Amino acid sequence: MLYREAGQFKASYEADQQIFPILQDRIGVLLLIGFFALAVPLFADQYWLKAILIPVLIFSLAAIGLNILTGYAGQLSLGSAAFMAVGAFGAYNFMLRIDGMPFLVAILLGGLCAALVGVMFGLPSLRIKGFYLAVATLAAQFFIVWALVKIEWFSNYSSSGVITAQEIEILGFAFDGPQSKYLLTLFVVVVMALLAKNMVRSTTGRSWMAVRDMDVAAEVIGIRLMRTKLTAFAVSSFYCGVAGALYAYTYIGTVEPEGFNLDLSFKILFMIIIGGVGSIMGSFLGAAFIVLLPIALDVFVPMLLGDLVSSSFVSNLQLIVFGGLIVFFLIVEPHGLARLWQIGKEKLRLWPFPH
Amino acid sequence: MQFFFEVLIGGLLSGVLYALVALGFVLIYKASGVFNFAQGAMVFFAALTFVGFLEILPGWTGWEEGGRAVFWLAFVLSLAAMVVLAIATEKFVLRPLVNQPPITLFMATIGLTFLVEGIAQGIWGANVRGLNLGIADVPIEYMMDNFNILISSFDVFAAAVAAVLVAALALFFQYTRIGRALRAVADDHQAALSIGIPLRHIWVIVWAVAGFVALVAGMIWGARNGVQFALTFTALKALPVLILGGFTSVPGAIVGGLIIGASEKLAEVYVGPFVGGGIESWFPYILALGFLLFRPEGLFGEKHIDRV
Repeated sequence: MLYREAGQFKASYEADQQIFPILQDRIGVLLLIGFFALAVPLFADQYWLKAILIPVLIFSLAAIGLNILTGYAGQLSLGSAAFMAVGAFGAYNFMLRIDGMPFLVAILLGGLCAALVGVMFGLPSLRIKGFYLAVATLAAQFFIVWALVKIEWFSNYSSSGVITAQEIEILGFAFDGPQSKYLLTLFVVVVMALLAKNMVRSTTGRSWMAVRDMDVAAEVIGIRLMRTKLTAFAVSSFYCGVAGALYAYTYIGTVEPEGFNLDLSFKILFMIIIGGVGSIMGSFLGAAFIVLLPIALDVFVPMLLGDLVSSSFVSNLQLIVFGGLIVFFLIVEPHGLARLWQIGKEKLRLWPFPH
Repeated sequence: MQFFFEVLIGGLLSGVLYALVALGFVLIYKASGVFNFAQGAMVFFAALTFVGFLEILPGWTGWEEGGRAVFWLAFVLSLAAMVVLAIATEKFVLRPLVNQPPITLFMATIGLTFLVEGIAQGIWGANVRGLNLGIADVPIEYMMDNFNILISSFDVFAAAVAAVLVAALALFFQYTRIGRALRAVADDHQAALSIGIPLRHIWVIVWAVAGFVALVAGMIWGARNGVQFALTFTALKALPVLILGGFTSVPGAIVGGLIIGASEKLAEVYVGPFVGGGIESWFPYILALGFLLFRPEGLFGEKHIDRV
């Protein structure tokens, strides 16, 4: 009854081409952003901001990046963490080596570095497809981490490549508390998510999807494969790079290349699979799920089983539950949480008269 | 020159071990089209189960510890565990996911990886264990005396086991009824179904065979480096072997393993010092990538034909 688009006529091209064509969606998104930008920083405590909300936002951004590549352009990648590392170390070096570098520009430049590297490692995608490509992207994963450790210039000659992010200061305001860092992260993530949402329905996004569905057919109807695939790699790596820079600056603070390992890449892949492949909304849902699940298991398993079990058993149980849940999710809803969301919306449209 | 040959042979022999793990991947990919990331976890699970049985069996049966009877009983029981794992995988993971896109199945096997790792450590504990197969890890004196090349007898034994295993698998595929059915399924699922080959049984069999290969690989790797969590990373060693040899080719896995093993060791010794070492982690991937640029379906993979 409430969620219905009847009566919303689109009388101009602008109205027809909005990112969120339905009024209720627009209101919903604004309310959501308002809630997270105004209410959350006021009431959430430090732990929630630092350990849950900031990582969820950052991983959402990385998941959007991977989703652009895998979900929209159909190129399976297992190297997203490495592109995050490039972004983090890129931003660090720009901040370090250029005096008075504005923070926001630095993270964007870090993202650009990641985009360049991404294009380089995306070149094989023109020849290689499917799982062969996925394994080939592992080359990026291992090579980049290795290079960041071995080439000491990147980490300003610190031991084993550990870098400590500089203080963030924008227009004289120091972002040092969790609240301000959270708001900064939220701002960057919301802007980039809206851009992504807009991009995937543009010409670029549509040609990505055509290539995903069948690249030979896409080529036949006149989509330039090389440009399309490489832009997908570039944009995806850019998003991952910015996420990596935020990861270093607003979340962890001190990072080492080994932190951006294959496990993290898999985590991001899980986020998009559980959240929904080919969905911006799904990236957020998936990131929230994957970040919250281990924390929830940490809290609830000892609570339910008490002191009956040892801590090593709990950690094994976590592995089992995590693996089991992933399999379970794939079986029950292979299209991810975003699909559930969509079904919910369809139901809501018909409610309360479904027949 | 002697040093070169020593490195080369050492590399080839470790390549055999990579090939063993890659073999498990190939079997499953051929028969079911599933890219089974859990193969490394299966190696770990198999080795841990084997060692675990070796430890507890003398207590149960009263047989002498380290005896032959215990060894074979442990082997058979571990094999049974792998068969149970295969049946469970087919029933709870593969069957519900029939007709899903390959990436979904791939993700499911990553989930399976966590599951198997957790179960293995939950049952047997996470301690590093030694495994003694009764094969001495000493240089062969004959090679030492005549050519002055250091080759471990254990490596030769491992290579021999791998060769026997591959030969046995080849015979199994070529000359048995089940083997023929497996090849039929690998060629064309639908055609195989339509002539009455039960797909489910085939999947169980092929996962069980992959489990057997994992058990052998796990025993050899475990005897070499200890049975520990690091065994799961054997999967990462096997991946470049796979893309180099082609996902669908058993000979490809062997040849790929040899190429990767040899070139990786040679690169580490001759190129490594110039760039700071530690290139073993990525060199195989870059090498395989180089090969792929010329043959996108691997050395022996099936040519991919797109129909629009």
